[in-house]
Amino acid sequence: MVGNYVWILRRLFYTVIVVFALTTVVFLSLHLLPGDPVHALVGERASHESVERIRLKYNLDKPLYIQYATWLRNVLRGDFGTSILSKRPVIDEIMAKLPHTLELIILSQSIAILLAIFLGVLSAVKQHTILDYLTTVLSVLGVSMPAFWLALMLIITFSVKLDWFPTHGLMGTGVPLRTISQSYLIDALLTGNLLALGSFLKHAFLPCVVLATIPLSYITRLTRSSMLEVMNEEYVWTARAKGLSEFKVIFKHALRNALIPVIIMSGVITGLLMGGAVLTETVFGLPGMGRLLVDSIAVRDFPVALACVLLFAAGYNLINLAADIVCGLVDVRASYD
Amino acid sequence: MIEFSSFKKNKLFIIGVGMSGMVILCGIFAPWIATHGMTEGTLQYRLKPPSTDHLFGTDQLGRDVFSRVIHGARLSLLSGSMVVLISAVIGVSLGVLAGYRGGIIDNFLMRLTDLLLAFPSFLLAMLVVTILGLGLKNAVLAVAIAYIGPLSRLARGTTIKLKGIEFVEAARAVGGGPWHNILVHILPNIISSILIQMALNFGAAIVDIAGLSFLGLGAQPPQPEWGAMLSSGRYYVQTAWWLCTFPGLAIMFLVLACVFVGDGFREILDPKHG
Repeated sequence: MVGNYVWILRRLFYTVIVVFALTTVVFLSLHLLPGDPVHALVGERASHESVERIRLKYNLDKPLYIQYATWLRNVLRGDFGTSILSKRPVIDEIMAKLPHTLELIILSQSIAILLAIFLGVLSAVKQHTILDYLTTVLSVLGVSMPAFWLALMLIITFSVKLDWFPTHGLMGTGVPLRTISQSYLIDALLTGNLLALGSFLKHAFLPCVVLATIPLSYITRLTRSSMLEVMNEEYVWTARAKGLSEFKVIFKHALRNALIPVIIMSGVITGLLMGGAVLTETVFGLPGMGRLLVDSIAVRDFPVALACVLLFAAGYNLINLAADIVCGLVDVRASYD
Repeated sequence: MIEFSSFKKNKLFIIGVGMSGMVILCGIFAPWIATHGMTEGTLQYRLKPPSTDHLFGTDQLGRDVFSRVIHGARLSLLSGSMVVLISAVIGVSLGVLAGYRGGIIDNFLMRLTDLLLAFPSFLLAMLVVTILGLGLKNAVLAVAIAYIGPLSRLARGTTIKLKGIEFVEAARAVGGGPWHNILVHILPNIISSILIQMALNFGAAIVDIAGLSFLGLGAQPPQPEWGAMLSSGRYYVQTAWWLCTFPGLAIMFLVLACVFVGDGFREILDPKHG
């Protein structure tokens, strides 16, 4: 047991190093880029003095290693600097965007995972029926479809032609909502504001469908194939022979083991999801982290871009680590080394 | 060894090859299949819905969408193959080298791989293309770099496994040099698992490059790249549904073909994991 904790701590330490190294490489590469953020900010025709003033203010006149050391020292103190574009603290920018991305991801993923496991089990248990074929075809289509194209098709069908959902944003204009947590969902629930809740759900519906599609298809396929494998294992037959109900056999004995591959692949799925969030937020014009990353890179807003990279990398690696740990706990065969 | 007949018997594989064959033919014979030029358009005929004259309608500059989609097959096939080739050559070389030599080299190369794997591949490609500069060529390079990590892990793992097997040890014992061993004994034995990964990567690469182009980081107008066509078409979703629909269907068709080939190939090699 002690060995496990040492292993987990070592992995955690290594994860921190990898995230730090990645951010360093990104810092250096972004600063070696041609194209001057100062000019992007004040325009090409700005006076020499104003260019110099901004250069001084953001430390852009100093050698790269000093800029890097300053940045690192500040980040370790929890200060991510000031956005060059909006002039607001980076942490404020992120706190305004992160809750929206999280509410979309949590909503869409909880539905996607539950539905995927249900469909995967169903199509494995009812193998070679129409239901199984339909699920398989849909999940293959789901993984082959570019998420941003699905988003466009949904907009054309459900927003433009049928006019059921809005095409843009996360909250209707003019809907009164007191800001408590920056998350529309939580704020609407906390204040019991049904109007705002309705508006949010209406706006979030299509983006959630898009964000759910890839994990849904992926996990359905995985669950189905690992269920099929597990259903022929001896312990499943033993459970049946003991006279347990088919429901108990499937959900208590088979599914628990069939889910291991799903946990193993959760890192991959998270990666796909993060890429999908960038594109989905762009298509639907949502105020989230994905768009913040795209926009900050486009205008060379280094402090914001770096903070986004740091956050995405930390999230991605921590989920991968968590998946490894859970697999180790669930499956005794996985070795810690 | 795998027999040729098992390829013929696998329906999934055959369908996938057929579908990719269709796209490849479209790519090769694009100028003859296309009904109009890919960049010529008449503003007078802009944003016209599909008709017998313009099968997929016309775009905001009056260009024929069908002809552009057909020409786009070339770009997608070329960029997809380049991604797959570049990432496989670099990834497999690194992986085999690390696995075969072990020690410090292995450690160094794998820490480098960890760095590539520390970020979701699409976001990594986004960063790399920003650093390299916009354009289709750089987008291809960026996606290739983002795909190196998993391939080199795969190659390293199989190499280490093979190194311990008798026939490779025997070859080393009788004095086979490292190059001889790698080329004659290791590569032929890891090639099939690498090929499956390459087929699946091809599909993913098409989607990722289209995604980069969609964000304006990859192919630039007037290139008839499918993602770039979606990117300019999205401003007309209110009036012209055909602009976004057909290039996306083309992407899906090609990606589906790759999934079928990859999955079929895996079934042939390893019938247990159907």
